[in-house]
Amino acid sequence: MPRFVELWIYLSAQPLFGLTATLVVYLLAQALSARVGGAPWANPVLWSVVVLASGLLATGVDYGSYFAGAQFIHFLLGPAVVALAWPLWQRRAELRQRFARILLAALLGGAAASGSALLLGWAVGLPPDVVLSLAPKSVTAPVAMGISEKIGGIPALSAVFAVLTGMVGALSAKYLFDRMRIDTDPAGYAARGFALGTASHGIGAARALHVHAQAGAYAGLALGLQVVLAALLMPLAFRLLGH
Amino acid sequence: MQGLRGLAWLLSFQCLGELLSRGFGLPLPGPVLGLMLLLPALRLSLVRDSVAACADFLLAHLSLLFVPVGVGVMTHLSLLARFGGRMLLVIVLSTWIGLAVTAAVLWWPRPAPHD
Repeated sequence: MPRFVELWIYLSAQPLFGLTATLVVYLLAQALSARVGGAPWANPVLWSVVVLASGLLATGVDYGSYFAGAQFIHFLLGPAVVALAWPLWQRRAELRQRFARILLAALLGGAAASGSALLLGWAVGLPPDVVLSLAPKSVTAPVAMGISEKIGGIPALSAVFAVLTGMVGALSAKYLFDRMRIDTDPAGYAARGFALGTASHGIGAARALHVHAQAGAYAGLALGLQVVLAALLMPLAFRLLGH
Repeated sequence: MQGLRGLAWLLSFQCLGELLSRGFGLPLPGPVLGLMLLLPALRLSLVRDSVAACADFLLAHLSLLFVPVGVGVMTHLSLLARFGGRMLLVIVLSTWIGLAVTAAVLWWPRPAPHD
């Protein structure tokens, strides 16, 4: 009879464990999501995070040893950001045609998301470094961490805020857009997808892609634009504000 | 094979971006510079065909890539216990504001039907 406790202690300290657990739990969460017809509440990221974090806490495995394996997945965020050039390139004709409107939507939407987070965070009395960590939350996690570092936030917290923001968008955007009476025709899906990519980055974009190809394409476009605009303008804005 | 070649291109452009970002102290992160450099290079079918194969795969599974960072929420439990409710409120409201403003700018006035 092998000693399970000792074997578990051995396995849980191996990078193999974090990598395998992340992939398997995510695939199970995705299967669940598919089974319930892709309902927003069954968001695969949400349930993967809940299951993995509570599993680690329950078994006493610290985040560091989990991340030793999970980092191989995390690492792919870098090339994924570079890969955003592809949806931008695919939509270059539309981008050129409606350039002013698209750029305005990206700028105003990004500024509204980040400005309202700063104001609300300050209004409810969150500590200053937590408030600053909220600023880049609409940008995809790896870039949000970089921006957070530059403006005096806590990078790890910004990454968590970014993931939460993505999940909020993926879970609730549909109801908001329906209430705003945005159609579900190609033009409507373009607006819906673009808003999801702008305010809820990659997780919102994944949701948009799941719902409709046009929405997904515009979400990818918005995601790429937001990454470039935020990385360029946000540290600049904070410097001008004298931070 | 195309996918693998695509990954090599993506990583090469990321490296180039990192080098430029560090070397010149640019405000943009390496991957973002890599994105901007890759964009004109997509004119070449040599780059485009393989990048397309890899990018479609990576972006289709983009949400998986956020899981490791998301699990990091467990390292901030004390902060969450103290401010969790307020943080969630701020995140939910500001996300809705961001979504609504972006969608409104693109939607009103309605784009011409030929768009």
